[in-house]
Amino acid sequence: MGLTCESVGVNILKEKFNLQCNNELVIALAGNPNVGKSTVFNALTGLKQHTGNWPGKTVANARGCYIYKDRRFVLMDLPGTYSLLAHSVEEQVARDFICFARPHVTIVVTDATCLERNLNLVLQVMELTDNVVVCVNLMDEAKRKGISININALEKELGVPVVATVARKGQGLEELMKRVYNVATRIEKMKAKKIIYSEEVEKVVAKLVPRIDRILKGKMDPRWVALRLIDGDDSILDSIKEYIYDGKSSSGKSEVKNKNEWYGEV
Amino acid sequence: MNGMEKFNQLKSISYDIKISGYRRLQDSIVKDINTNAETIAKRVVKDKRSTKLNFDKKIDDLLTSKLFGFPIMIMLLSVVFWITIAGANYPSSILAKVFLWFEGKLTQVFMMVGTPEWLHGALVLGMYRTLAWVVSVMLPPMAIFFPLFTLLEDLGYLPRVAFNLDKLFKKAGAHGKQALTMCMGFGCNAAGVTACRIIESPRERLIATLTNNFVPCNGRFPTLIALASIFVGGAVTSQYSSIVASLFVTLLVVLSIVITLVVSWFLTKTLLRGVPSSFALELPPYRKPQIGRIIYTSLIDRAIFVLGRAVAVAAPAGLIIWLLANITIGNMSMLNHAAAFLNPLGKAIGLDGFILMAFVLGLPANEIVIPILIMSYMSTGAMLELESLTEMKQLFVENGWTWLTALNVILFSLFHYPCGTTLWTIRKECRSIKWTILSALIPTAVGIIVCLIVAQGARLLGLV
Repeated sequence: MGLTCESVGVNILKEKFNLQCNNELVIALAGNPNVGKSTVFNALTGLKQHTGNWPGKTVANARGCYIYKDRRFVLMDLPGTYSLLAHSVEEQVARDFICFARPHVTIVVTDATCLERNLNLVLQVMELTDNVVVCVNLMDEAKRKGISININALEKELGVPVVATVARKGQGLEELMKRVYNVATRIEKMKAKKIIYSEEVEKVVAKLVPRIDRILKGKMDPRWVALRLIDGDDSILDSIKEYIYDGKSSSGKSEVKNKNEWYGEV
Repeated sequence: MNGMEKFNQLKSISYDIKISGYRRLQDSIVKDINTNAETIAKRVVKDKRSTKLNFDKKIDDLLTSKLFGFPIMIMLLSVVFWITIAGANYPSSILAKVFLWFEGKLTQVFMMVGTPEWLHGALVLGMYRTLAWVVSVMLPPMAIFFPLFTLLEDLGYLPRVAFNLDKLFKKAGAHGKQALTMCMGFGCNAAGVTACRIIESPRERLIATLTNNFVPCNGRFPTLIALASIFVGGAVTSQYSSIVASLFVTLLVVLSIVITLVVSWFLTKTLLRGVPSSFALELPPYRKPQIGRIIYTSLIDRAIFVLGRAVAVAAPAGLIIWLLANITIGNMSMLNHAAAFLNPLGKAIGLDGFILMAFVLGLPANEIVIPILIMSYMSTGAMLELESLTEMKQLFVENGWTWLTALNVILFSLFHYPCGTTLWTIRKECRSIKWTILSALIPTAVGIIVCLIVAQGARLLGLV
């Protein structure tokens, strides 16, 4: 595959001899719109994707790579979303990528100035995977506004690495790469905090889980699927059908095809 | 158990959930997620904000208010144009002087080596002069306009513009996000067309794509600004000329937005019927712009890119023009043949054959229309040194331009087919030759109609 072997500068030789091409780690970059995802993406990959101060500016799905400690990381910039509840195409794309492409690590970029709203997405991503690194961006902005965030406490609360950054000044990116590396290579063991739902919801979930697990047989987290079904999100069924049962070559609808093209790259 | 069976079993579970009435727990799920987030946030976030908090909101209320929203928008736009026009004059003339000095040196070298007269004519008087014009007239306004525009974008002002325009687009039956894609179009129509992907409904996306070209892009602003400076600004005393010219360019931008709305409305009533879907537009926070990055991106990424494209396309175009002007069929050059052929249509819409041909040859990039025009005028004999905008006016006037010609060139520059890059992008985005052709035909038709009305109207009223 041309894409996996495409390489830069001095690393070409190194990669050739270390045979790192098939060894690359896939990292997804998720986050609310306009929190500086593209800035983080550019800072990590050295690419120059256009950044601008408005939500929804990233329309093309960008991918780029960086090397850290001799490992090659492929970074996928997912569309900005407020949730993964699949209310829009963007949310569905982001959800399907994290759920079915199973990136080694998902970085959730958050806005330090409105962390609470951003944590919604963090929690939802953590329902899907333990391998999450939270990047609290725009720390300078928050400081200016008189907001302070206890990063250590947040890390304890969430059970996953949390890194404070000011991406446009390049602050905290080294730490971010380090923690991503740690998670990807299982140096750090994750215990992602799961959302606790109200008693009534938990009761229904408990009833559904065995039934769903019998069908999916460990291919997906049954608890999460149960919650989606209660939520009335049938698009997850279509995605399960498409990605788990049909393989990647299905369907003629152009919308789906689009997604496949994109998905197939990884 | 095969995949289909499993899928159907999952479907039946979903059905069971539905009939058991568990769907009512939907809201609870969303609420629970929020509560979890809230609890965590409370434990880790210390917010010392008090009165400062509402500062952003106060600015927003002002910038998007019914009363002041539009006036502030127009005022800001005028100020940006005014700074551009007033500030570009001086560096423009310095650049022109430098290029002229270098032209003298070049000619000396050519004479020393003993190059034939025709080669000197084609390379120095034709090509070099045109390139010099492109750089000295286009670079200074771009170097001022682009950073200012990027500054507004970086501050977060553009989404407020979109917010103001949102209602109008909905009234036109289009999607509110079209206001955003239109704003991107001011930068580059090809980028604006790509941005249309943020609109989910195919119908509304198509409307946004087809009308994106109605707003002037970076490649056309220099033309508009130059013509406005010499023909509109030049009409009043020099004290006020830059103010009048910038107000005029602002007026053009407003006109382009009005036409975008009218054509969008027309499309929703005819080819692309439907009701607009609603969406929530979020206003991003104001951010301190990064001056260094702004200057870098607007100068390197935009100005040099636009200029580079102009130079790259202008050079071969110069060669074509030179060939056309020097190969004669019968007793007329091919250039004159072509111009004579286009002249009747050109005259009818207040232009002339040369201008129309410049627009045709300018298909690859809008920024070369004026350079091509200058080359064709000069190759017909009227050789002069284009030291500044005044000389350019003189050249145009000698070729029969009036204020009406200038106005029609400006209007046709606003409303004609998109440049080659944009057309290619449209074709890629909507994967349809039919819509791509339409995206070229609609603006051209609008341009011809508008110019026809203006030209014939002015003649009927005896204004010219």
